[in-house]
Amino acid sequence: MLLLEIDIAFLIEKLILASVILLGSLGVAMYATWGERKVAAVMQDRVGPNRAGPLGLLQPLADGGKLFFKEEIIPDSSTKFLFILGPGLAMLTACMTSAVIPWGPDYITESGHAVSLQVADINIGILFIFGVVSLGVYGVMLGGWASNNKFSLLSSIRAAAQSVSYELAMGISLVALLMMTGSLSMREIVGQQHGFWADGYFTWNFFKQPLGFLIFLVCSFAELNRAPFDMAECESELNMGYHQEYSSMKLGFYLFAEYINMFITSAVIATLYFGGYNFPFMDAVAEAVNPLLYTIICVLVLLTKVICIILFFMFVRWTLPRFRYDQLMRLGWRSLIPLALINMLITGAVILWALN
Amino acid sequence: MSAYEAIFWFLTVVALSCALGVILSRNPVSSVLFLIATFFAISGHYILMNAQFLAIVNIIVYAGAIMVLFLFVIMLMNLNADTEPQKNKLVQLAGVISGGILFLVVLAALKSSTVKTLEQTATDIGLIKNLGKTLFTKFVLPFEISSVLFLSAMIGAVVLGKKGTPHPNTENS
Repeated sequence: MLLLEIDIAFLIEKLILASVILLGSLGVAMYATWGERKVAAVMQDRVGPNRAGPLGLLQPLADGGKLFFKEEIIPDSSTKFLFILGPGLAMLTACMTSAVIPWGPDYITESGHAVSLQVADINIGILFIFGVVSLGVYGVMLGGWASNNKFSLLSSIRAAAQSVSYELAMGISLVALLMMTGSLSMREIVGQQHGFWADGYFTWNFFKQPLGFLIFLVCSFAELNRAPFDMAECESELNMGYHQEYSSMKLGFYLFAEYINMFITSAVIATLYFGGYNFPFMDAVAEAVNPLLYTIICVLVLLTKVICIILFFMFVRWTLPRFRYDQLMRLGWRSLIPLALINMLITGAVILWALN
Repeated sequence: MSAYEAIFWFLTVVALSCALGVILSRNPVSSVLFLIATFFAISGHYILMNAQFLAIVNIIVYAGAIMVLFLFVIMLMNLNADTEPQKNKLVQLAGVISGGILFLVVLAALKSSTVKTLEQTATDIGLIKNLGKTLFTKFVLPFEISSVLFLSAMIGAVVLGKKGTPHPNTENS
């Protein structure tokens, strides 16, 4: 009654947008697997995948095909329903976050109709992301428990403890950011970072919240279960961790969900701290070119930032050794949470001082 | 039936059947999963009432944090069918009687109360701005007191966890 004035044209527009974004993130995630192997190869002085297609560019397709045609084994002693639900949940939560990210400014057509490049502009955008991230651990937990394997169970419990611990510091570092922006809507946060330089200072939140950014970045490594924090699947202690019993495309879902998560997390970091689709001299560009081209440039700028952050994630993975579990927990509880609290206090004090 | 009503009834059916599933399922892990589904249905109700902030906080806090800890504990307990404690007849009888008495009390309480219908007017109290303003002006004292309560619970947990001599390996590393 309040919210359900359904407009068919609007629905179709959003449907197309959502499908494009979903397919886009799947595509980027696919080539992120290729990119990861190439980055690893370069850093270890190897060649990397180079057989399937030029530069090995068809390698992700070959991998996907291989996973599809593998024999699917469901262990007899597993809880079958949850065993199948686990990878599905991992994939679902990985894909959900992309709904609130603004991929570009509104494109205004010649008839004056504004096409928003954001699936849903809800006024609690950041909290939505946070909620979906906190649900992400269920896929790992259920899969690990349902496998009825001690390594899987240990791994899923590690993953749960790790993600609950690091969510705290992540949330507090976001509070400091929200105190500055005064809004939870992703669209407004991007709007406030318009251009690059205004009123004698940078507009991007990275320059206003460097410590908060650092905490957020470290926590997102932990939330993504990526090295140096990949406690859930460290092969020297847990064989393969939570996906030990999985085979075929169910294993593929788990591995693929990690890459989708990495893409979406990079997009969130770019949106919150690096100005989203904003770039220096964007007003001059907007006047010089036609609106469609301008929108495309903005989207490409955001994608460039996202790819840079993904590359950073990969460099870190192939550079740093894995943490030990108690070191990981100590870093989270004794360093990051106090740091995030101090950052929040400083931000509050500066805002009060600026107000007076 | 309007779309609002259709969604309302759908969410109600989901919430009630999942809540029944929590108490009827034998396996504690599926109980927890039913409870999570119930929280989602309730969050859907919040969104219908235009209380988006409450809806998402319900998911973050309950489904995202508290239920993860529940699941954590239940997974660590090795629950098999044969380790389930056998309840004797006396305990079952006591359960039936006390449950029946509780049901009677609830019935008596509901009988004399007037049933209020849900008002479908546009309120904005559930939006984060208005909620924050109300919490920090009109209800600031209860709000702060409850936060002190949470703090004391946290400190209590830390004190309990610190009891006994610390493990030597974790201290000198």
